Amino acid sequence: MHIIENGNVAAALGVKLCRANVIAAYPITPQTPLTERLSEYVESGEMKAEYIPVESEHSAMAVCIAASSAGARAFTATSANGLLYMHEQIQWASGARLPIVMCVVNRAVGAPWNVWNDQQDSISQRDIGWIQIYCSDHQQIIDTVIKAFWIAEKVSIPIMVCYDGYILSHTYMPFDLPGQEEVDAFLPPFKPEYALNPETPANLNTVTLPDVRLDVQGELAHGYMEIRYLLQEELRTTLNVAAEAEKRFAEIFGRGSDPYIEPYRCDDADYVAVGLGSITYQLRVCVDALRKEGIKVGVMGVRFYRPFPDAAIANALKGKKGVIVFEKALSYGYEGALASDLKSALYEHLAGSGVLPFVQNFILGIGGREIRTDDLTQALRTATQGRVSTEPTWIGLKL
Amino acid sequence: MQVKTNILSLPTEEFVHPGTRACTGCGLAIAYRVGLKALGKDTILVVPPSCLTVLQGLFPVASTKLPCLNVTFASTAAAATGILATLKTQGNEHTTVAAWAGDGGTSDIGLQALSGAAERGDNFIYFCYDNEGYMNTGVQRSGTTPIGAITANTPFKGKLQQKKDVPAIMAAHNLSYVAACSAAYPLDLYDKIKNCMNLPGTKYFHIHIPCPPGWGYDPRYGIKIGRLAVETGYYDLYEIVKGEFRLTAASEKIVEKRKLIPVREYFRAQSRFKILTDAQIADIQNQIDAKWAKYYKKDE
Repeated sequence: MHIIENGNVAAALGVKLCRANVIAAYPITPQTPLTERLSEYVESGEMKAEYIPVESEHSAMAVCIAASSAGARAFTATSANGLLYMHEQIQWASGARLPIVMCVVNRAVGAPWNVWNDQQDSISQRDIGWIQIYCSDHQQIIDTVIKAFWIAEKVSIPIMVCYDGYILSHTYMPFDLPGQEEVDAFLPPFKPEYALNPETPANLNTVTLPDVRLDVQGELAHGYMEIRYLLQEELRTTLNVAAEAEKRFAEIFGRGSDPYIEPYRCDDADYVAVGLGSITYQLRVCVDALRKEGIKVGVMGVRFYRPFPDAAIANALKGKKGVIVFEKALSYGYEGALASDLKSALYEHLAGSGVLPFVQNFILGIGGREIRTDDLTQALRTATQGRVSTEPTWIGLKL
Repeated sequence: MQVKTNILSLPTEEFVHPGTRACTGCGLAIAYRVGLKALGKDTILVVPPSCLTVLQGLFPVASTKLPCLNVTFASTAAAATGILATLKTQGNEHTTVAAWAGDGGTSDIGLQALSGAAERGDNFIYFCYDNEGYMNTGVQRSGTTPIGAITANTPFKGKLQQKKDVPAIMAAHNLSYVAACSAAYPLDLYDKIKNCMNLPGTKYFHIHIPCPPGWGYDPRYGIKIGRLAVETGYYDLYEIVKGEFRLTAASEKIVEKRKLIPVREYFRAQSRFKILTDAQIADIQNQIDAKWAKYYKKDE
């Protein structure tokens, strides 16, 4: 069934269809309408779940951590400083291997205060052991929420479903609303290997030593380092699980695509623009315009950002002359995090091949600065004539 | 009708294995052992980093026979909420959720989450075991360290500020049950837990915990010092049931006998108070006398 709704409602509908058991929520713009909508579903009885209006984002993630440890399918959503306030908790969630799903509705972080869109919030949480998936439209938001629960529960690793504040969260778009029966067929009830219960007591997340240690049966139990190694290993194999999820999803819902990247007019392109989220759809307009000028350019959205699909990305960019990375965030003191990751992937897979493309990094849309399609097209046009700068180049700066 | 438990009627089933990692003479080891007996087998625990994390043992060994979720410092009460919410979705109305946090984890870093859970009225029991400082990190001051106590970061002058009254803060949340207990009166703790089990919403317990390394006394005197705190009228045992305040156990007896041991004896038994002058002690004695004068008046 096709409906027209905003991005936050698309996410809320996805959570309802997934039959989340426990929802924790603390208001922050532009996420708030998502969890407000969930409170409506729960209060009206449309959704059977516990909705906990916590007193902070730190506690929102605490509720999710505890609920997931006790066997519940847990969900929360946040933005900007709310996500930063969770920083300690989200690392606890990944360390404890809990398949929590959280929507991050991307917004600039303070100081100074700014409620508009960029992606500094989720990018700054890149290295904390969560899976990060970026969406470019409302169909992707609802589909990704559904896939996210399946992937998270398969690998016991939490997932952030990221989408741009306002640009996606508050705009209305038509999308296909999956049926409950199809979602139930795709996503079985959550049955963790262990859930807290008095019948089979266990002490979870206890102090764990630097080295391995014998348990009471005389068997070697993991030390802290083994536990952390397994998180890294299983994050890497999550790439395969994502492909499996995409395949299963396509079988049931009749739509699917590359799980990691979203290329547009890339096959014969000499230059490829790369980005995360809605910016890549705006870039399609620029690509179409430049194609008319005879410039062979394409655009590639990176959907899976962590674990980083380095091989798929390097493969897609093989033989290109230049890669132009547009980012709404940066690793302050260096460059955009995605640009660094792309360079790393290209070097890893193409070094020595003699076909390493240059990487140009543009920073734009910081704190919701308007991204004019003309400016975007001009930046892309300039970059196809050769790398502009070794430093990240800011678009739309008025200094 | 309140049932009084004695040492013979206390259940023999243990939920804390012998050989915990607690310090010799640790008051928490007593309170936890007896507290878990009262909570019983059908309980899920939540513990933030604290002395209790150490007491419970290092992975993969645990000294507690009940399921326990270790959580971050500031999130204890919110985590209890998360477990409760899950039990509800599972149709489980019988399992008790109990959080055990230290005084730093309660009065300082965990206060916001605790207040949030109490305001929501989430149905669990929260225990603050109060050894009056960050003992697990090496005896630093906390919100509940009393005035005059030397700690690792109040090294010469002692703490200059008064102890934060956390039970009063929790009582201001209109809880169905608030209790002040002591490790030196474990049966009073046991009875209070049993009394509150069927009350709705959040229940708050404050437990005074003598700490040999933190307070500076020979470990064998822990119970004696814990009792002195009560018998001098310095720390009171009470419960507030649906808003009704009532002194219990040894504190109740003080009202009957109208007799307090001078607080000086309590201070002089611990090296942490060695810099308290006679004048300061006299001042504290006056405050205690004034507090008890009110209790006596209420009793008349």
